[in-house]
Parts: sequence; structure tokens; C-alpha cells
Amino acid sequence: MPAAILARSVLLEARRGGLPWLALGSVALALGLAAFVSQVALTESLALQAALVAAVLRACAVFLVAAQVTASTLRELQDKGLELMLSLPLSRTTQYLGRLAGFIACGAALALAFALPLLAWAPPPAVALWGASLAFEAALVAAAALFFAMTLGQFVPAIAATAGLYLLARSIGAIQAIGSGALADASLPARITQHAVDAVALVLPRLDALTRTAWLLYEPPAAGAYAAALASALLYILLLAAAGLFDFYRRSV
Amino acid sequence: MPRWVLAFLGASLAAQIAGQAFRDAGSPAPADLPPAPGAPALRLASFGEAEAAARLAMVYLQSYPNPDYRRLVEWLDSILALDPRSQYPLFAAARVYAETAEPARARIALDFVEREFLRDPNRRWPWLAHAALLAKHRLKDLPLARRYAQALERHATAPGVPLWAKQMEIFILEDMNELEAARIIIGGLLQSGALSDPAELRFLKQRLEELEARLAKEKR
Repeated sequence: MPAAILARSVLLEARRGGLPWLALGSVALALGLAAFVSQVALTESLALQAALVAAVLRACAVFLVAAQVTASTLRELQDKGLELMLSLPLSRTTQYLGRLAGFIACGAALALAFALPLLAWAPPPAVALWGASLAFEAALVAAAALFFAMTLGQFVPAIAATAGLYLLARSIGAIQAIGSGALADASLPARITQHAVDAVALVLPRLDALTRTAWLLYEPPAAGAYAAALASALLYILLLAAAGLFDFYRRSV
Repeated sequence: MPRWVLAFLGASLAAQIAGQAFRDAGSPAPADLPPAPGAPALRLASFGEAEAAARLAMVYLQSYPNPDYRRLVEWLDSILALDPRSQYPLFAAARVYAETAEPARARIALDFVEREFLRDPNRRWPWLAHAALLAKHRLKDLPLARRYAQALERHATAPGVPLWAKQMEIFILEDMNELEAARIIIGGLLQSGALSDPAELRFLKQRLEELEARLAKEKR
């Protein structure tokens, strides 16, 4: 199956490129940082460790996936490897989705590796839900990074666009809350700004509902809310894949 | 490779290490506690990691040994709004900031504990129990201690709240010294499972020893 072969080649490239070592380094960094900071905590030292490890590993997973996807895709583009692949009797859909599947598998492997250390602080069901959610989040980032790398064709703009989308999606809920808070200005410009923010929110995924540390510290999410968060992420992955395919079919080689 | 490159590398590395080694190692005296960010701003800055950000903010707050208490309470308010289920801000208010030797400042911290207790009494009762103890023994303000005790009896009604906390007023009115009362409260907290964090246990053990030493000194 050509798509599976492509996906496997992406995974092989990640393994040979040192991604497992970077993942190990991230775990060591998170554990070291948590151990250091919890030394000065007067209470909730275990909760602080868990929260810090989860936050650092979540950020590392997103950064590693975005960097891996962007670097790998751009190298393929710059080495003319893509042209070579396109000369093969494979549809562009197979090429794009096969590559995306490889990156998603890469993200899932990272999510699994990053969830395991959290078993030291949280019960297995909560860690499993957190890890599955991180896999979805990493898949979304992989789809975004692939889209921006293919579209923009340069490393810095592609990584900046991926990071911008991710950070905005993580904070859009807080931005909306600030805009519509009790002290919000009721003037016309303020209302226009608020509507603009709401419009931006419509085209962003709600990443603040995914991979929440509260699941590890307090209680697992309600099944309905959890399923809705994953479904929303899945929908956005499909949207990014569709946008990427649209751009890829438009591209002349 | 030319030798000068190697020499240049060695010299710059040595200069870096020497510069760091002879730098003033003492941490700079912290400036005044800056005004607290609002809870929405703190939430925005946390990028969705509210639980980690709230606890890190508490660790940051601890680095100010002598903060302005009005600002301190604003910080505690914002941090608690970021993660309302965290006990850290109330722990710090009751066990650290309210234990100051200045009664006016202690009252500001105790007011915060009382106000926040009323928002979630069944989770935050240990801090008002300690506040009642401080009001009686440190502030020598029995009416205030009784007010806290009555609030505990009235609002902390969950099955997990121990009997001594539900009958706090009797406990407050009993003729026992601060050390005995503190021992009973900490023992009760341990028994009820409300106290299990190793850092908190260390902290409370140290506080009990300090209290013991202070009372022994006063007796002498």
C-alpha cells in the first residue's frame, strides 16, 4: 500500500534524525525542572511537579512535531525529492495523506512516550485520556505544519505560522473572555473588535479544551466534553488536510 | 585548523567561566512586589496551562519576603481565580502571611482566608480553622476567632469535614495553649486525609518546632 510505505518512510526518517533522543531529552528536562521547582514549594509539591511535567512535555511534543514536519517537508521540497515522487504513478492525495499519516504516527509515538512519566503522579485512566488527547493535539499540529511548509516553502515563515496558529488557538478562549468581561468597553469600536475576535475564533480549533492538566490533578473529564474536544480536533485536522490537498493539487511541478 | 582558532576558543571559554565565577553570586534584593495582573491576563499568559501557572505564580510570590499586603492579596485573588481548586494561595495566606508579627497585616491575610472560605467552604475549611487559631492566640481577638469558628460550623457541612472542625467554637473556647491546639488541628488534618503533601508536612513540622521553641522561651 503506497500510502503506508510513505508513512513508514516518514517514521524511519524521524527515528534516524534523532527524534527519540530529543524526546528522551525533553522528558529529562521536564523531570529536572519539576524536581527543582518543587523544592521551593511549601505545599502541593506533587501537584506542582505533575502540572509542570505535563505542561513542559505538552509544549515539547508540539515543538518537536512542528519542527520535524517542517524540516522534513522542506528538505523534500528543496532536494527535489517531491518532484521525483510525483513522477511515480501515485496520486497526489496518496502522497499528501501518506506523508501526513506518518507525521501523525510520529506525534502519537511522542504522546505515548510523554504520557508514561506522568504515571508517577496520576492514575492510569487519567494519564491515558491525557495521552490520547495529546496524540490528537500533535496530529493537529502535524497537519498545520505540513500545510504551512507546503504552502510557504520556507522554514522560518512555516514554523512561525504553525506556532502562531497554535498559540492563538490555545489562548483564544482567554482573549474572548477578556473582551466580553464585566469591565469590557461597550463602545462601538470595542464591540467591533469583540466581533472580530469572535470571527477569528470561528476558524480556530479550541486547543484549550484538549490535553488539560486538570484531568491529571483533579478528575478525568466528562465523557461528553472529552469526546467533543477530540471530535473538534479531528474536524480541524480534516480541514487542514483538505486545505493542504487543495494547495498541493494547485501546485505545478 | 589554525592554532589561533583553538586559542581563541579556549580564551573565550575561559573568559566566560571566569566572568561567571567572579560575578556577585548573591541574588539581588527583590524589589517591591509589582501590582498583580488581573486573572484574565494571567489566564492569557498561561496559554491554557492554568494549573501549572497558578502554582508557579505562588512560587514566584514566595520570593518576596516582605510584600505589600494589599498587593499580595490581589495576587492571591488572581492566582486563585486561575485555579480555584488549588489550596496553595489559601495555605500561603493562612500559614505564612497571616503568621506575621504585625497584627494589621495578619488581619488583611485573615480577611482573605475568610472571604475565600465562603466561596468553597467544604474544600477550604482547614485554612479558616487555622485562621481561628491565629485570631485567638496571636491576635488575642476572641470575637474574631469565634466568628471564624461559627462560619466553619455553619458552612463546612460536607461529610469529609472532621467533627472537631464542625465544633470549632467549643475547640476555640477550650482553655488550651497554641501548641496544643496546633497539634490537635494538624493531627486531625492528617487523620482526615486533608494533609498528605510531603512539602506541607515538612513545613508544618518545622512550624510546630518553632512554636514549641517560642513557647518554651516565653515560659522561661
